[in-house]
Amino acid sequence: MSASPAPLVHVRDLEVRFVSRDATVHAVNGVDFDLAQGESLCILGESGSGKSVTLRALMRLNPPRRTVLKGTLRVAGRDVIGASEAAMADLRGSSVAMIFQEPMTALDPVFTIGRQITETVIRHEGVGRAAAEARALELLELVQIPSAKRRLAAYPHELSGGLRQRAMIAIALSCRPKLLLADEPTTALDATVQIQILLLLRQLQQELGMGVIFVTHDLGVAGEIADRIAVMYAGRFIEEGPTEALMRGPLHPYAQGLLGATVHAGLRGQRLTTIPGAPPNLERLPQGCAFAPRCAFAAEECLAAVPSRRSPEPGRAARCVRVPDLALHAAA
Amino acid sequence: MFFYLLRRLLYAVPIALSVSLVCFLLVHIAPGDPVNAIVPADAPAAVVEQIRREYGLDKPLPVQFVLWLWHVLQGDLGRSLATGRSVSEDLYAAVGNTLMLALAAAGIGFLAGTAFGTLAAAFRGTWVDKLAVAFASAGVSVPHYWLGMVMVVVFSVMLNALPAMGAGPGGSASWAWDWQHIQFLVLPALTLSVIPMGIVTRAVRGTVVEILNQDFITTLRGKGLRRGGVVRHVVKNAAPSVLAIMGLQLGYLMGGSILVETVFSWPGTGFLLNSAIFQRDIPVLQGTILVLALFFVVLNLAVDLLQTALDPRIRRT
Repeated sequence: MSASPAPLVHVRDLEVRFVSRDATVHAVNGVDFDLAQGESLCILGESGSGKSVTLRALMRLNPPRRTVLKGTLRVAGRDVIGASEAAMADLRGSSVAMIFQEPMTALDPVFTIGRQITETVIRHEGVGRAAAEARALELLELVQIPSAKRRLAAYPHELSGGLRQRAMIAIALSCRPKLLLADEPTTALDATVQIQILLLLRQLQQELGMGVIFVTHDLGVAGEIADRIAVMYAGRFIEEGPTEALMRGPLHPYAQGLLGATVHAGLRGQRLTTIPGAPPNLERLPQGCAFAPRCAFAAEECLAAVPSRRSPEPGRAARCVRVPDLALHAAA
Repeated sequence: MFFYLLRRLLYAVPIALSVSLVCFLLVHIAPGDPVNAIVPADAPAAVVEQIRREYGLDKPLPVQFVLWLWHVLQGDLGRSLATGRSVSEDLYAAVGNTLMLALAAAGIGFLAGTAFGTLAAAFRGTWVDKLAVAFASAGVSVPHYWLGMVMVVVFSVMLNALPAMGAGPGGSASWAWDWQHIQFLVLPALTLSVIPMGIVTRAVRGTVVEILNQDFITTLRGKGLRRGGVVRHVVKNAAPSVLAIMGLQLGYLMGGSILVETVFSWPGTGFLLNSAIFQRDIPVLQGTILVLALFFVVLNLAVDLLQTALDPRIRRT
């Protein structure tokens, strides 16, 4: 945990619910974390675990009419939950920016790449068109798009998937954000292009000193880029810790299952394990640990209440009754 | 872009040619010998023969077509069988009147439809949306000649506020943009605007809802764009398909106002067509249909070009 007094992101007891006439979906159910300046966190989880919802909540980008946010959420020193829509619009794109999964649909098909960058620059920095265009060119060069000048006039459908995602990154970086959020930025890309985009993001993060929060279901991606990993299940962080340590020895049975179900070099020749069962229905969450019904080690106390965060060593924590709580994190 | 324009223009030529062929064949599709439409049934054979020669009906069909087309290209659409007046002159006045009515109706219908459709999409699922959709369905379903008569009963007979028929003090011959004349345009234009209003409302609502659900709207919000900035993107994305529908509707308005023009005795093409049909006045029918069909071709071309200018993805195909 960072000792700096004002972390870039400060989240406590975050709850996100989607309310409709038929049902209430409990997408995020009590998430706590801090992110320091320049730090990178990866939120790992399967579809529907609430990772994208958590990420979007940081910018309040979930559908405004159906979403209920609760808890404490501060980004770059500003309160997100109570802020006016106008204040949020000022924050979005300037201090915090987001990259989306599918660059084909996340870019407006009838505006040029250049235009989509310059409108952000003009919106937040109040500069003229010429200055914004110069900045757009710089940005395309920064994300290593070849013949950048020509690409400014290109439409999204005229670029390859990899170039589109680079353009997406250029848009996100256009106002030098302190925090970059990336929602599965490589999932829609070819394997070779994935690596290039990851390396680019890693390099940009270090050069520009941004805090980065990454959402993915791909363990390889997580290991490549993150300082810390948080594993999410049914809307909760069930385990978090430094990347190395978590990958080597996950504490929570779900995290163990997730790592066991993934191909990596250490497991050559062995059978992959699977996690039996399916994730819980988010409309009716169980009272206790949401993973208990699928867990081989589930005991009675797992079903009674949601396990608290237990920390066996500094910087690591898991919500599992089998993890010893040495309470070392209380000092940090 | 220039070559695209040229190609589109060239594509329009065969369409225009086939349209004129159909118009020409109209005479021959109608049951019986076309001469029967001109002369009384009990006319002597010599007269029939003479008329046949005068109208060129004794020549083979392709020759007749080429001759007819040649005259049409010179602006000569023949003479009315009923009045003996030049078809092109009558048609010129009628097209002007219909164009005026159609543009007024389109102006009202498109503006109201766009406003209702946008409101419905912005407040989708709420009572605003339901009201707009109900209004649009009513507009599309109401028979407009009936609506025209109701309007006449309410506004002309009961309220005595607006004239019921005609095109102003001087008839179709003189028109001026003052209230004296414009008041005659109000009821027919309102009546005629109801269908395009309904159709445009539904089209705009559907298109805007679809666009608002797309991922790039989240990207735009994520960039911190204000409502106005997002609206600009929505408009440019929605414009191509909405324009296509508006173009078609304007085409229908040009030709589809027969009933409304008859109800209001508006001296336009619909009125002309109506009397030509009842009098079996084939040259007038031919000329009117040809001009209206060519309007459609030109409108479609204009819409296509506009769409291409707005949506870069169309250009390469």
